[in-house]
Amino acid sequence: MHKDLRGTHLSKKAFDNNEISTTLGDPHAYYEWDTGMGIGRFLQGLKEGRIWGTHCDTCKRTVTPPRVFCELCFSKNITWRELKTTGTVNTFSLCYVNWDATLIKEPHISAVIEVDGTSPRVGFLHLLNEVDPQKVCIGMKVEAVFKDEKERMGDITDIKYWRPL
Amino acid sequence: MSKNVAIVGVGFTQPQLKTVQVSYKEMVYEAAVKAYDNAHLASHKDIDGFVGCAEDLIEGTSIFDEYTPDQLGAVQKPVHTISGDLLHGLLVATMKIKTGIMDIVVVEAHSKASNLKTYYHVTNYALDPTWNRPLNVNPYYLAGLEKNYFMHHTKTTLEQIAGVVVKNKKNALQNDLAVFPEQTTVEKVLQSKPNFTPQTEAETAKQADGAFVFVLANEETAKKLSKKPVWITGMGWASDSPTLETRNWDEALYAKTSAHMALKQAHIKNIKEIDFFEIDDRFAYKELQHLESIGLYGKGKAGQALQNGDLNKDGKTPTNVSGGMLGCGSLLEAAGAIRALEVVKQLRGEAGQRQLSKANTALALSWRGIPTTSGAVLTFSRSLS
Repeated sequence: MHKDLRGTHLSKKAFDNNEISTTLGDPHAYYEWDTGMGIGRFLQGLKEGRIWGTHCDTCKRTVTPPRVFCELCFSKNITWRELKTTGTVNTFSLCYVNWDATLIKEPHISAVIEVDGTSPRVGFLHLLNEVDPQKVCIGMKVEAVFKDEKERMGDITDIKYWRPL
Repeated sequence: MSKNVAIVGVGFTQPQLKTVQVSYKEMVYEAAVKAYDNAHLASHKDIDGFVGCAEDLIEGTSIFDEYTPDQLGAVQKPVHTISGDLLHGLLVATMKIKTGIMDIVVVEAHSKASNLKTYYHVTNYALDPTWNRPLNVNPYYLAGLEKNYFMHHTKTTLEQIAGVVVKNKKNALQNDLAVFPEQTTVEKVLQSKPNFTPQTEAETAKQADGAFVFVLANEETAKKLSKKPVWITGMGWASDSPTLETRNWDEALYAKTSAHMALKQAHIKNIKEIDFFEIDDRFAYKELQHLESIGLYGKGKAGQALQNGDLNKDGKTPTNVSGGMLGCGSLLEAAGAIRALEVVKQLRGEAGQRQLSKANTALALSWRGIPTTSGAVLTFSRSLS
């Protein structure tokens, strides 16, 4: 609990001691989403330290994460393209609030990165690190930092974060 | 205002137990491309609006409607999602067209049931959180409660209910889309494992994956696009009170109210005039309960009608010629899509070996499943009177 916040605070102790009437709920909702052809190949690429995109030969547009059909022209006129693991910060935010609404000192830095080789304003949402938060700027050149090969799972977090070039 | 609305195109993927090779987006895309081709649309850009049928907790994504546009060609178009069965989606789309604002509206529903690993728990989350959910029992016991009450008060027998399974699974043998066709017997059904007594496993529809897209149009557009438009002549929908403690277990009031509303709109005075029926049968007893609730049979009479063969393909009131959910599978919010698709195929004369000799009009009914008391009824015709 952050002392600067206004209002009447409810404590964990009050909940634990049943001083506040509540009903505890656990959705127990578990999923295993089929990644499909597009995202499946993309995730396999990350495991190999590569970033895949797709090019719509009709719209002349390259996107990542890739998709096997173009949502604009609605065709399957798609070519796979391996992209570079570098890019440019398109936009970013310094996140000072934790899951439980407590404040944190060192912010998480979320950013949309235009991966080199994609069409303008086609981004890739991820995190920045190894950078002074106050020095992050739109237009900053960055590179992907992958996990060690043995640790990769075919997951978006196989890229640990992006850092300035 | 556009008076009449028709289904002019259908597209779907082959229902399967699992669909690991495709994402839900890729599955829906396939169904959409086929539907637009079936409707003879020159371009997806001709479509004015889209309705998705999906439930956030089942999909595993909050505000799931945000994920609808890409795979339907609906980017930067009016899109909205309803938490309801595809039949509900069809009537929503029909209303959109009837406003006169839109000429062509698409309805989509899909099932990726195989991706949801804790279906019963998610269903339990639909119960009241304070006084029902904490009891922490698999909520399918509600089927057992209802079936027990239904049998007790209507004198419907276990044998009659088992006969629904035999009929529908047999019908499914003639449907390429069916995932669970089977040649079975009343004895085998009665001997199957009890899951929520008096409900048994054989009487409970099993889940499957699949995607379905329907294209609807106003009269002028429908006549241009299709030689065999399937007209939606009546629509009804209703929800009873959600409480488990006050509901009427022997009669499905949502079905009764919905049917009354739809028949009135379609100017059908006697429900028996309708040529065939596609009815929610996710639990075998529900088919009989629904048939009685919509007024096709009196209380306690549907079971006897089944035993007389009246619900068979060649009977007086063919019911679930498609194979129903027991034969085709339970497809979450796309459950009603199997029914609507069967109606379209029969009314177009494209049902192949299970084509009915008389298929000019049809009625389809959806129930939203446990623990709901919500349903929808649509009536269809191959011609405008």
